[in-house]
Amino acid sequence: MIRLKDLSLSLDGRPVLEGVSLDLEPGITGLVGESGSGKSMTALAIMGLLPDRAVASGRVLLDGTDLLALSEPKMRPLRGKRVGMIFQEPMTALNPLMTIGDQVAEVLRIHEGLDRRAALARAREGLDRVGLPAPRFPLTLYPHELSGGQRQRVAIAMAIALRPDLLIADEPTTALDVTTQARILDLLRDLVRQDGMTLLLITHDLAVVAGMADRVAVMQAGRIVESGPTEAVFRARSHPYTRQLFTASGHRPTRRSRPQKGPLLQVTGAVREYRTADGGLRALDGVNLTIGRGESVGLVGESGCGKSTLARTILGLDPLQAGQIHLEGQSVGPGHRMPRDLRARMQAVFQDPFGSFDPRWRVDRLLAEPFHLTGSPPDWRDRIGAALAEVGLHPTDARKYIHEFSGGQRQRLAIARALIIRPSLIVLDEAVSALDMQVRAQVLDLLARLQADHGLAYLFISHDLSVVQGITDRILVMQAGRIVEEGPPDSVIDAPRHEHTQALARAMPRIPDGMVAALP
Amino acid sequence: MLRYLLRRMIVMGASLLAASVVIFSVVELVPGDPASFMLGTGAQPETLAALRQQMGLDDPLPLRYAGWLGAILQGDFGTSFTYKTPVAPMIGERLQVSLPLAVMALVLAVVLALPVGLHAAARRGRAGDGLAMGAAHLGIALPNFWLAMLLVLVFAVHLRWLPAGGFPGWSDPLAALRSLILPAIALALPQAAILARVLRSSLIETMGQDYIRTARAKGLSRGQTLRRHALRNALIPVLTILGMQFSFLLAGAIIIENVFYLPGLGRMIFQAITQRDLIVVQSAVLVLVAAVIAVTFLVDLAYAAVDPRLRRA
Amino acid sequence: MRAGLILGALLAGLALAAAVLSAFWTPHDIARLAIAEKLLPPSPAHWFGTDHLGRDILSMAMRGAQTSVVVALVAVAIGMGLGVPLGLLAAAHRDRWPDDLVMRGNDLVFAFPSLVIAILITAVFGPSAVNAIIAIGIFNIPVFARVARGAALPIWTLDYIRAAQVAGKGRALISLQHVLPNIASLLIVQATIQFSLGILAEAGLSYAGLGAQPPTPSWGRMLAEAQTMVTLAPHVAVIPGLCIVLTVLGLNLLGDGLRDALDPRMRVLR
Repeated sequence: MIRLKDLSLSLDGRPVLEGVSLDLEPGITGLVGESGSGKSMTALAIMGLLPDRAVASGRVLLDGTDLLALSEPKMRPLRGKRVGMIFQEPMTALNPLMTIGDQVAEVLRIHEGLDRRAALARAREGLDRVGLPAPRFPLTLYPHELSGGQRQRVAIAMAIALRPDLLIADEPTTALDVTTQARILDLLRDLVRQDGMTLLLITHDLAVVAGMADRVAVMQAGRIVESGPTEAVFRARSHPYTRQLFTASGHRPTRRSRPQKGPLLQVTGAVREYRTADGGLRALDGVNLTIGRGESVGLVGESGCGKSTLARTILGLDPLQAGQIHLEGQSVGPGHRMPRDLRARMQAVFQDPFGSFDPRWRVDRLLAEPFHLTGSPPDWRDRIGAALAEVGLHPTDARKYIHEFSGGQRQRLAIARALIIRPSLIVLDEAVSALDMQVRAQVLDLLARLQADHGLAYLFISHDLSVVQGITDRILVMQAGRIVEEGPPDSVIDAPRHEHTQALARAMPRIPDGMVAALP
Repeated sequence: MLRYLLRRMIVMGASLLAASVVIFSVVELVPGDPASFMLGTGAQPETLAALRQQMGLDDPLPLRYAGWLGAILQGDFGTSFTYKTPVAPMIGERLQVSLPLAVMALVLAVVLALPVGLHAAARRGRAGDGLAMGAAHLGIALPNFWLAMLLVLVFAVHLRWLPAGGFPGWSDPLAALRSLILPAIALALPQAAILARVLRSSLIETMGQDYIRTARAKGLSRGQTLRRHALRNALIPVLTILGMQFSFLLAGAIIIENVFYLPGLGRMIFQAITQRDLIVVQSAVLVLVAAVIAVTFLVDLAYAAVDPRLRRA
Repeated sequence: MRAGLILGALLAGLALAAAVLSAFWTPHDIARLAIAEKLLPPSPAHWFGTDHLGRDILSMAMRGAQTSVVVALVAVAIGMGLGVPLGLLAAAHRDRWPDDLVMRGNDLVFAFPSLVIAILITAVFGPSAVNAIIAIGIFNIPVFARVARGAALPIWTLDYIRAAQVAGKGRALISLQHVLPNIASLLIVQATIQFSLGILAEAGLSYAGLGAQPPTPSWGRMLAEAQTMVTLAPHVAVIPGLCIVLTVLGLNLLGDGLRDALDPRMRVLR
């Protein structure tokens, strides 16, 4: 068993952890909190892999030994043997130049002194165990030949090869699709049960913890504000911060808008193929969709299903190869570029709050960029001030640079930029996916309000059913370049008809009704 | 793998062809025509006409290019205007000096750079790193011909350990090697400095990657991670530099051969320039450029050997 | 690392100052030959001594700085002026024919080391400082094209480029307004590096007789002339060599210092 006792940590003199105490018992302990709360640093402190500039105090006890006080040569034999760890990004967590067999075998070779053949034989067993069986997944595969979920399985195989007492999983499924996430979580749950292991599951997602963890610790700004059995903590929500997180995660904005009459955008028979290195891949395979004036439509699908390609063609960034796009009666056929006046009726908000703005431009110039389509009106400065006010920022922010804003503020700025030329349609491409729960709830509220005020139509693209649920009138589910199901959000999620939608809905992590209902 | 190989070979062939066009065209740019340029003013009309005929200057340009290239493909580089002997054996003879010199210098550069770069990366930010990189900075700034002069001054003139210049021929391999040592050092030192810096920064960048953290979490020590995971990944940019360096070494050797009076390709080119022997210049430059392109191809092969992601493409 | 930046700026500034000053004034007239005063060791009258024709080496070195700086600077300007637009063009059309064309062209030029270009030009047009500029300049083009393309490609994947496209801007305008300003610091760093390589290359070319011709003084030719007298009067060979080493060292330190100072990743940490 591992106990953290009064663990404190500072980076360059800035406190990151303050007095963290936590007992990790066999079973699954969830560690939840928003980004920057210190979850990952806690994990690295246990592993003894803190950055050189970190200063730590307190104790990390493994069977009574203080890991924090161990020298590197004493700590090294414990890493990978008694405590293992998997990380968030499966795409970069494996050495691209080494076969998966050798990477798993390496753990056995350095800790058990096995020769390569014996280690590879054990690696074979390990890979079988994590669901990468022999004929399909030979040891000689390289990481680039595997999908993200498969790579994460390899990482798990490495981490559990020596059956460690403690496995730390730092956001292990955040970068994965929902259905893949569900399978990886199932795998982790089974492994914990079989090996009697302790799993420290670090995540920002309350629903994942609610479905997985026996015990939970809630972290805020470097402190653990509440911990205990998951059900008890989530039912009682005695700490205000837990309550806030909970409210935010299930948040549905109040919507006053009603779709008006008549279609705004019609896509018929859209086809677009990309030629990839291994032959043709049809990104859009005859897509039909309609968005009415003032309507909010959700487009949901897993990575690679073609939803981003669809967004690009609708925005006129990629021409269609077959099919038609009609916007307010005007038509754009295959091979044609979207004319300017048509383009000016659409704007977009993208996922990455950090990459969405040129760091060298001031906010006023950034927000004025869409005027390129319409010509700058004489009162453009006033309009920027008004737009800033409308998204809850201050008109004086116009002279600032983008690095002076937080992630949530940047997404507000992106919305202001999209609004500045009064489009009829805004394409929101994973627009809230990178935001923390509470900020996400605020941005969703803002979007709902703006939609009602301006009669906007939204195309809300997301990989996450639960995000679009509260902000859309209709959901389209996309798979392999086709739209396989559409309908009102609640019926799509609660009574899906297509098997792909069923799989998505089943895999969607949910907080059990019993826990949600407990508070008045 | 086969597709990658084939693609690289096509690229190599196309580059060679393009390079031959460039070299051929540049020589066509001489004021007047190549024959009168080579003979200079005051040449006898009969001599001029004879040379024009020998060079085939009366034929149309594309035909002449085709003839030139066709002959080269059969190993016929033409006849030197100055020495009246075939150019191909001349080049072959000179390559016996230039090629071993470039290879020696390259090996020396790698042998010097590898430990320095590794050491500096492992001790990043500490005194050893600072010292190594300071030395590398100085090494990069050294013009190799000046270094050559200083080496001659110290090791040949004062200490009398090694010859100051000249080449005795390969009949006495030991003496031949001895006469190539100082030129090789002069060529290698600045290149070693560059290589060490590239290796260090590539290693440091690689050590910041996610899979290095994974390796550490498996229980590998810093040193093990560096050797087993970082080095191979860090090698990819180093290979690029290495390939470019070989061409620098071949070209740089042109000057160094002059300092040490070595009868290599470089000195032959210089003599040919002063003698206005365009046939020799053209052929020798083509050989140099072909060597550079061939090395680029070898580097591409090395990429594929290191990186499995390329093998599939 | 700050110290490196300052030392680099000092050394490079010194070479630049000497080059500019020599256009108006040198301690002695370098056109005046005084065989009687040949190969004098350093003295108060001649700080760095005199060469085999009795010319003041300090004055020669200052005028040599001018030759080096002008050749290397113009070559950098050629390389940047042609290479950066090509690199931006290639990045804006990634994996389409303009990109392929630029990259294949790059590969072709890379097959001709600058010395080989210089040899070809010299063989045809005869040696001159202009040849050196052209040879080094041609060699710089693919270097800048490659750096500009490599730096521009990751920028093209960012969402602010997509936002600009949604605002109806074309590739050329985006390259100019968004890409170029964001890769400028990298280009400046590369420019100092190519500047230093240009000084080295110019020295090599003029040493080999392929660059500046007499009577224009240049560091490389001073070394070539000193070669036969190196045992008699080592200072004749040491001074020009040190000039090259210190100038190149200064520029490289300056480039490194600028890289650290301009690197956005470093700025975030601060």
